[in-house]
Amino acid sequence: MRRAILAAAGAALLALGLATPAAAALQIFACEPEWAALASEIGGDKVSVYAATTGVQDPHQIQARPSLISKARTADLTVCTGAELEIGWLPMIVTQSANKKIVAGSRGVFQPTDYVNLLEKPASLDRSQGDIHAGGNPHIQGDPRNMLPVSKALADRFAELDPANAGVYRARQAAFAVKWQAALNRWAAEAAPLRGQPIAVQHRSWVYLENWLGVRRVIALEPKPGVPPSSGYLAQVLEVLKKTPVKMIVRAAYEDGRPSEFVGGRAGVPAVMLPYTVGGSDQAKDLYSLYDDTLNRMLKALK
Amino acid sequence: MTKTLARWGGAAAVMLLSLGQPVLAAPVAGPAQAADMAAIQQQLNALRAEYDAKIGDLETRLKAAEARATAAPVATPGQAIASASGSASPPHIAPGDLAHSDLAPGEVMIADNAPEPEAKTSSANAMNPGVSVVLNGNYVATSRNPDAMRIRGYPLSDDARSKPRGLSLDESEITLAANVDPYLTANLTLSFGADNQPSVEEAYIQSTSLPGGVTVRGGRFFSAIGYLNERHAHNWSFIDMPLPYRALLGKQYGDDGVQARWLAPTPFFLEIGGEAFKGDHFPAGNPDKNNAGAQTAFVHTGGDINTDSSWLAALSYIHTEAHNRAAAPGLPGGETFDGHDALGIASLVYKWAPGGNPVQQNLVLSGEYFYGRQSGRFDGLAATRDPRGWYAQGVFQFTPRWSLGLRYAALQSLDTPILPIGSDFNGLGHSPRAVSALLEYDTSEFGRFRAEYTHDMSDLRPNDELMLQYTVVYGPHGAHRY
Repeated sequence: MRRAILAAAGAALLALGLATPAAAALQIFACEPEWAALASEIGGDKVSVYAATTGVQDPHQIQARPSLISKARTADLTVCTGAELEIGWLPMIVTQSANKKIVAGSRGVFQPTDYVNLLEKPASLDRSQGDIHAGGNPHIQGDPRNMLPVSKALADRFAELDPANAGVYRARQAAFAVKWQAALNRWAAEAAPLRGQPIAVQHRSWVYLENWLGVRRVIALEPKPGVPPSSGYLAQVLEVLKKTPVKMIVRAAYEDGRPSEFVGGRAGVPAVMLPYTVGGSDQAKDLYSLYDDTLNRMLKALK
Repeated sequence: MTKTLARWGGAAAVMLLSLGQPVLAAPVAGPAQAADMAAIQQQLNALRAEYDAKIGDLETRLKAAEARATAAPVATPGQAIASASGSASPPHIAPGDLAHSDLAPGEVMIADNAPEPEAKTSSANAMNPGVSVVLNGNYVATSRNPDAMRIRGYPLSDDARSKPRGLSLDESEITLAANVDPYLTANLTLSFGADNQPSVEEAYIQSTSLPGGVTVRGGRFFSAIGYLNERHAHNWSFIDMPLPYRALLGKQYGDDGVQARWLAPTPFFLEIGGEAFKGDHFPAGNPDKNNAGAQTAFVHTGGDINTDSSWLAALSYIHTEAHNRAAAPGLPGGETFDGHDALGIASLVYKWAPGGNPVQQNLVLSGEYFYGRQSGRFDGLAATRDPRGWYAQGVFQFTPRWSLGLRYAALQSLDTPILPIGSDFNGLGHSPRAVSALLEYDTSEFGRFRAEYTHDMSDLRPNDELMLQYTVVYGPHGAHRY
């Protein structure tokens, strides 16, 4: 009896496994929505992209849910920020997925942070400094200029893993680069009023955005990266903001709005929620509208 | 030099412009405003020209970098963009200012340490395994002497005893983990108990590159049965294990053995596995044959309900063989059991977090049902007993860093009438049960303080238990299980 049940279960599983559609050539497991969007731009219908997180989830802290493990099981390529951003959850998913294609060090691992210059490399590594990343600040999607080298490297990786469609990936990347460059020019003109403006940030995840827009970070509301501010600390921040006023306090969609709204309310400075990634706000539907919306929100706060 | 000056000048102009704009625009009207508009237009045009020049420069450099990258098949990470972000970076960020680089220029830092020189790794320890350390300390107050505590009808192994009263150092753990080569990974966990005796808690090798979703593991490890069994003590949601684990699995079942798992290539999560163990730990004991003294099988499945919630379900089975297994300190020589012990476990876990973001708030509900059969000789007398047990628990993080938990656990009364009344095998019609409440405060992901209160009715007379515990984990960032 027991044997019969086991055999039936085995047959059912086999049928399920065979029935899984394999229409797209490359199965992409993207850790964050911005990389999912970029992978779709480059891969088109030759790839099937799964975004492991949404714009309102903190990419540092994701639960290794069963659904993520089953998606990683069939992935040909992971596109995950790297620089230790996903260190709290991705290794567990990769181990449990038993998929040798995506084991660290193999060609099925693509980390955008490998292709850009990282800022804020810590001088020393000690947890007393809060949630710091050895390789540097991983939030590189804050600067849209980073999308160009990443898209190029991603197209090359797609071409390497799927040589049959190499031409498609390269052509799509070239087209993307032209369109993106035009968008960069447009954003640069739009963002001119922001240049040199002093701002405060909630978590120090905006260094690339600051670099891109030329805004000046006066202070972070978190005493140390990843350490939520106490009310005493926020009072000190308010003192600083009295002496050095800022134009706005920015935070990511996934962050708790209370600290920036509290300080903003007391200091008379707008607290601005930025989408941070695709899906972080209703307007940020794709890569282009992500930066459109980011600029819109910042320019609106400036007025 | 001229170019740099021009850039600084441009940036300064824009800053002046943007800062001055509202002041100028408001009070002045008419022709003055038109003149301003013209001036602004001019500056904007200049700015645009500057940008175009910059972007042209950037494109040339990018092309050069690409050419270099194509020439050298292995691209140096970071090379491609080095020129791009370098040329377009705003002038106020001093290049190469890496020592203070986590501070923006002019950023105010409150109560921070002075920057230290850059850490350097010598090649001698570059290949060292990742070392993580777990430290635990307890304070326990109980209304009854823990040495005299029983779970009526269920003789306990030594591992499953209550924690000692007063202040004590709980189990400390050192884990060394690394990849051995492209095919294997290895993990060693040494634990130091309150008795100062080191022991090997886990030591196993595991495959990393088998095809078809198969993973094989060998060595000493915790069995993957149930939901909590595989977790190390510092990852339990409560300070202690629920009653059924203590009574039926000696707190948690780990032994020397081999394990195979297969993750099905299904669109939902489905994992099947089995293990064979030597059978030297409770509920097994004193193996004397070439074959395995314990065998297990398990199926795990799960998925997302929506973006807020997900679930995991598991069915597990373990069969153990015991030869003269001694348990319970009640009688001289303890209670012995000789025979077969089979146990089935059904587990269900549900997790909820608003938007799937567990940082602010999250809820974890879990429950397991235990269904067993023990047949053999109890203190030399032949009998068959069917233990049943279950627990249900919930932990709610209501605000960042703070959680509340509640747990109820129960075992069915288990009588073995042919044995004397005083035997620990004799439940005397009593149903062991316990209710626990938990308050947790996390200093970070790596530091935790907990308080747990348990009203324990596992013996005939109830026991009230208060436990305070700190747990810290240091070393490389370990990834968290579901």
